[in-house]
Amino acid sequence: MNPKNTFKITSSGDREVVMTREFNAPRKMVFETLTRPEYVKRWLLGPEGWTMPICEIDLRVGGAYRYVWRHSAKGTEMGLHGVFREIVPPERIVHTEQFDQPWYPGEALVTYVLVERGGHTTLTCTILYDSRETRDTVLKSGMERGVAVSYDRLDGILAEIAAK
Amino acid sequence: MNASQRLDATFAALADPTRRAILARLATGNASVLELAKPFDMSQPAISKHLKVLERAGLISRGRDAQRRPSRLEARPLAEATSWLADYRIFWERSFQNLDALLEELKTQQKKQRRAGRNRRSQ
Repeated sequence: MNPKNTFKITSSGDREVVMTREFNAPRKMVFETLTRPEYVKRWLLGPEGWTMPICEIDLRVGGAYRYVWRHSAKGTEMGLHGVFREIVPPERIVHTEQFDQPWYPGEALVTYVLVERGGHTTLTCTILYDSRETRDTVLKSGMERGVAVSYDRLDGILAEIAAK
Repeated sequence: MNASQRLDATFAALADPTRRAILARLATGNASVLELAKPFDMSQPAISKHLKVLERAGLISRGRDAQRRPSRLEARPLAEATSWLADYRIFWERSFQNLDALLEELKTQQKKQRRAGRNRRSQ
């Protein structure tokens, strides 16, 4: 299957959001791209226009990481930081996550698990929020199935409005 | 309401399938409570309750006409909500696509290094 089509976001339990994605590479390599600054700053960029001028990773338990993204055309910056809690190369990383200008309250705990099968790696990223309310706020950002469905529907509604 | 509270109200309003259906109906034109109640097999008070939630979220406005009070779809909060949804999904989708490309590049490099290693050993 085309890895591009394997991206999934779902909710789990009261406080979790789970993302999965398959990559056509061994997990040792995927692990490196998740943990080495020279790689992270090349891919964790989102849509076009963003760069990551600051990418610092102190890869040890208790070590900190810090990412700062910049969109030069819009003149905006966004920062994210946290501390590593567990590091088990090449299969598991746990770290905290907090935005400099929080778009959700408190701190989240992020767990990456890498499973390799036949040269392909499935990455599972579980984000545990500090409360159900926080998780639900994030879910409302389009990760929940119901909203994802309504998003398709909204697209239709918006297209109709635009056509008027 | 600030931008974040407005977004919360928008998503809370959109979380209900009946309210989404009402919005879809209003996208085709303004409608009174009576007209909206018909296809949903719901009482007028039940529909009115949904309309109040949608109105508070700024997703619709109601006409002044005391009898009909036709509901009208308001496009702006919907547009804000969808652009926000799109931002989050797009962030991860694009990032993972970048990662695909980077992994391909690293695999090519690794193959070259292995080949070079084999050549050295065989010399």
